[in-house]
Amino acid sequence: MTDDLNRLRQDTEQALAAAADMAGLEAVRVAVLGRNGRLTALLKGLGAVPAEQRKERGGALNLLKDEVAALIEARKAVLESHALDARLKAERVDVTLPARPSPEGLIHPISRTIEELVQIFGAQGFSVAEGPDIEDDWKNFTALNIPEDHPARQEHDTFYLPRRLPGGPQQGTRMVLRTHTSPVQIRAMLGSKPPLRVICPGRTYRSDHDATHSPMFHQVEGLVIDRDITMAHLKGCLVDFLRAYFGVEDLPVRFRPSFFPFTEPSAEVDIGCSRKDGQLVIGAGQDWLEILGCGMVHPRVLAAGGIDPNEWQGFAFGMGLERITMLKYGLPDLRPFFESDIRWLRHYGFAALDAASLATGIA
Amino acid sequence: MKFTLSWLRAHLSGDASLDAIVSRLSAIGLEVESVQDRAKSLASLRIAHVVEAGPHPNADRLRVARVDTGAGGIVNVVCGAPNCRTGMKAVFAPPGTYIPGTGITLKASMIRGAESNGMLCSARELELGNDHDGILDLPADAPVGTAFAAWAGLDDPVIEIGVTPNRGDALGVRGVARDLAAAGLGTLVPFAPAAVPAAIASPMRWALDFPAPAADACPYVLGRTITGVTNGASPKWLQDRLTAIGLRPISALVDITNFFTFDLGRPLHVYDIDRLAGRTLTIRLGRGERFLALNGKEYEANIDDVVIADGETVHGLGGIIGGEHSGCAAGTRSVFLECAYFDPRRMAATGRRLGLQTDARYRFERGIDPALMPAAVEAATRMIQELCGGQASEVVAAGAMPGAARSASMRLSRLKEFGGADIPAGTALRILDRLGFAEAREEGGRITVMVPSWRHDVAQPGASAVEIEHDLVEEVLRIHGFEHIPATSLPRPREASGAARAVPAPALTPRQGRTNLVRRTLAARGLAECVTYSFMDARHAAHFGGVPDTLKLVNPIAADLDAMRPSVLANLLAAARSNADRGYPDVALFEIGPVFRDDTEAGQHAVAAGLRAGLVLPRHPEAPQGRGADAFDAKADALAALAAMGQPLDALSVTADAPGWFHPGRSGTLRQGPKTVLGWFGELHPRLLAAFGTTGPVAAFEVLLDAVAEPKRRRKGAVSLAALQPLARDFAFLVDADTPAEAVLKAARGAERTLIAGVSLFDVYQGEKLPAGKKSLAIAVTIQPADKTLTDAEIEAVAQKLVAAVAKATGATLRG
Repeated sequence: MTDDLNRLRQDTEQALAAAADMAGLEAVRVAVLGRNGRLTALLKGLGAVPAEQRKERGGALNLLKDEVAALIEARKAVLESHALDARLKAERVDVTLPARPSPEGLIHPISRTIEELVQIFGAQGFSVAEGPDIEDDWKNFTALNIPEDHPARQEHDTFYLPRRLPGGPQQGTRMVLRTHTSPVQIRAMLGSKPPLRVICPGRTYRSDHDATHSPMFHQVEGLVIDRDITMAHLKGCLVDFLRAYFGVEDLPVRFRPSFFPFTEPSAEVDIGCSRKDGQLVIGAGQDWLEILGCGMVHPRVLAAGGIDPNEWQGFAFGMGLERITMLKYGLPDLRPFFESDIRWLRHYGFAALDAASLATGIA
Repeated sequence: MKFTLSWLRAHLSGDASLDAIVSRLSAIGLEVESVQDRAKSLASLRIAHVVEAGPHPNADRLRVARVDTGAGGIVNVVCGAPNCRTGMKAVFAPPGTYIPGTGITLKASMIRGAESNGMLCSARELELGNDHDGILDLPADAPVGTAFAAWAGLDDPVIEIGVTPNRGDALGVRGVARDLAAAGLGTLVPFAPAAVPAAIASPMRWALDFPAPAADACPYVLGRTITGVTNGASPKWLQDRLTAIGLRPISALVDITNFFTFDLGRPLHVYDIDRLAGRTLTIRLGRGERFLALNGKEYEANIDDVVIADGETVHGLGGIIGGEHSGCAAGTRSVFLECAYFDPRRMAATGRRLGLQTDARYRFERGIDPALMPAAVEAATRMIQELCGGQASEVVAAGAMPGAARSASMRLSRLKEFGGADIPAGTALRILDRLGFAEAREEGGRITVMVPSWRHDVAQPGASAVEIEHDLVEEVLRIHGFEHIPATSLPRPREASGAARAVPAPALTPRQGRTNLVRRTLAARGLAECVTYSFMDARHAAHFGGVPDTLKLVNPIAADLDAMRPSVLANLLAAARSNADRGYPDVALFEIGPVFRDDTEAGQHAVAAGLRAGLVLPRHPEAPQGRGADAFDAKADALAALAAMGQPLDALSVTADAPGWFHPGRSGTLRQGPKTVLGWFGELHPRLLAAFGTTGPVAAFEVLLDAVAEPKRRRKGAVSLAALQPLARDFAFLVDADTPAEAVLKAARGAERTLIAGVSLFDVYQGEKLPAGKKSLAIAVTIQPADKTLTDAEIEAVAQKLVAAVAKATGATLRG
């Protein structure tokens, strides 16, 4: 390589090293390889070179051109890397700043409990039936074998609505807010042929208001009708439910004879519990806790539902959803369920997407 | 129903322990509500002698007593009772005693500078009565140092059971004992009081005077005159029993009737003959008479009530309460005993109307034993003579004993096929026999018995064979014990074909499942689920379209909970307000629940409603002031709910005519077609906010879940994944300021359906750069070529078509 080419290369190398940014780099490129660049000028001047030297000179110039191009590229890579470093440095943020807000909503404990019941009873072949909150007193009472003058009817603390009905078979005499979810039993029986397996969760109303009573609360009703359902199934179904719901495999369950007009025999059901340091623990223990009422469906109730009691039999049960929710999740008071206090909801509510599922476990 | 252990043992022989009795009672359906073993709880109390009671040096109203507790030595006790005096006998509780009436465990202490080492107790502090005027003042002969509970006859455990409404027979101690005997806890002591021979002829007579339709009001009554009685205090054993169950001893005659009410479940009444006009007591319907009852209140007896009357006036409401005028007092010499059977329905209605509950009514309305009446008269006569002396007449009667003997039968197989339990025939027969079901016999796999007169709940008149079977199965299972029924899991549900299905069918209908999805969707969008009352204040409801009279509760629990809600928003708004009052103004709440248009089933609708109050986005470095709620937050919530409910959103339209509780200029109605309203969204009306005492803005929505049509559940077609790239073009249109954006979007979407795959609005501008009354709407359009790349000319043609369509629909011009 001739001296002038060596010098050009050295000059270019120096100029590249001095180029601090892309603009400087581009200036070097233009000065060497641009239309009026030094190397371009040399290439242009090739024609003036004597023919015998021209080939050699041309080869050297092309070699230098490639070399310079490579030097520029190399310098470009370095500069780009510096530029990126500088940009990254400049773009630095305080990562301890708060995340962009995305407010969390939540599911009310009652909805969660209903979902859990649907999972557990659904696995036992139940489906969910519904009925209106405003019922006639035939479905709420009479069809359930609670006649007008029955003492049990007085104990229901019924809310009444003004309208009087003409009365008659399968028709009430006035409208009431349903005092229990049991009228949905009647609707289920009138609405479809046996066999039946339904649960009916819903709102219920009684004119009672103190620390342990709310004028509105929730119950779930269960009804199983078939040809061969016995009291042993009643026990089995509810034991299965209670153990799954509370997640206690050996939960003691006790059935005590009781009375409800719509079932016979009737039972109240207790589960085992103990109290440790003022905390209630569900499971085998010294104490019992009343949890629900149940029984074999009364023949008159079957008949009111249009089902022949000589052919079909079965059981029904009912329980308070607030109560079983409080017991399972350790909620101390009933009234906050309906007070929409955001602090309570945030504390006891469930994550939006945390669906109750037997696959992931209920308890 | 309360009784003491010794009272029970008077009817139940055997040596069953208290614990065994208590656990068996619950197991046979007589649920034990409490057992009060006062000998235990009052064990440390001693009878003490107040040697001297002097003034307290520092307190006028206190006294310092020096008390001999019998344990050797004198202790100082500071006492506040006015009757604390030198020489009296009192009940002393040493330090460490738990005082049931106050819930306090005593400690030795200084009271206003005087030492006090225990307490002298009042009746109320020991839960022996309500008397709190002073400390218990024991008789002078009470033995100092003796355990008070034993001396006072309090060492007899009191058992309280809950008796279900079907078991009137268990409202007497004897009925309880019978059940326990049937369950194998001893033997029922025979009860057959010998007839008292007549020493005099009864001057008193009964008459029943009812019109035919009311003939069953009092079918049977017995009576007996006893003359020459002395009505003093009843003996200690009787007083103790009554006191133990919470009754106040009054006089021997009254105490005797109270005793039988609880002992046999047989209410009785005694009249002072000298206070009666004439010698015939007539049981008849009321005639509007007013009379003073034994509780000191005056009642009016009308045509629906059964009264006992002499020639002049009414002396009692049958089966409920006696009259003050002819009640027995200290001077009573001659009495007439009443033992009657009153129709439960009639007397219960009277009691309800008058709001009058008594121990007698409680038993009559649950059914008493008509066959027991003669024996009860003899037993009561004997006790009256024993305690008060006197000479008895013959028994006088009117009417006839009601309740024809009835039989009941059951197939033995039902114990297994219905009851689920293996119970041998012999066991079943024995249980029924001990319960008093007579003449039990088994024949051809069927048990037949006669129903005891006291069991009104078994084989009721009109009961079908299957009902009667339930009755008997229940009796056998109950006494045998539900614990002996095995727990058998439900068999797998069957398909219509009868085959068992291994995997159950869905528990929820599609609509129920979608409603759950709405709940999750709203919660996932940041709203907290609430459950509020279905009723509300009718005055507030007026802001939400009002409530028809048919939806106003006849008997609301409070004036502000008197109407079935026409909207959920009222309750949520109230909740937002109370959260703000507690210092939490930024809340997003929702509820899925019913609203009511009328009192029919069709008048109840499921809605999802929610609101966002305060800041929807909290203060944050990106938005130092946060961001308040507006109509578009609510719109997004409503659309998300509708989508979750299965509503196709591209079929929706929005009109600016939301109901009056919304801000008229910042709210909309969501519609499917021109008729179906699916919901509303927007800011709430400032006037409504003011009425609820809150400030806004509050963005709210209501989605009518029932209005969303059942989505078509057909399979999706094959997906078309175009090989060609879509093109994006932006257009800005100049339109009149009041042109709805949706009109532009709709026209753009419809301009060339085969190529225009998406249209979205990204800018709205109104300002100085535009002519007055105009706004600019900028939309981004996605053009998706189907099978070949579009030429520039073709793209231009689509754009022209789009501009023309928008112009035609809205009068828009393309902005240059």
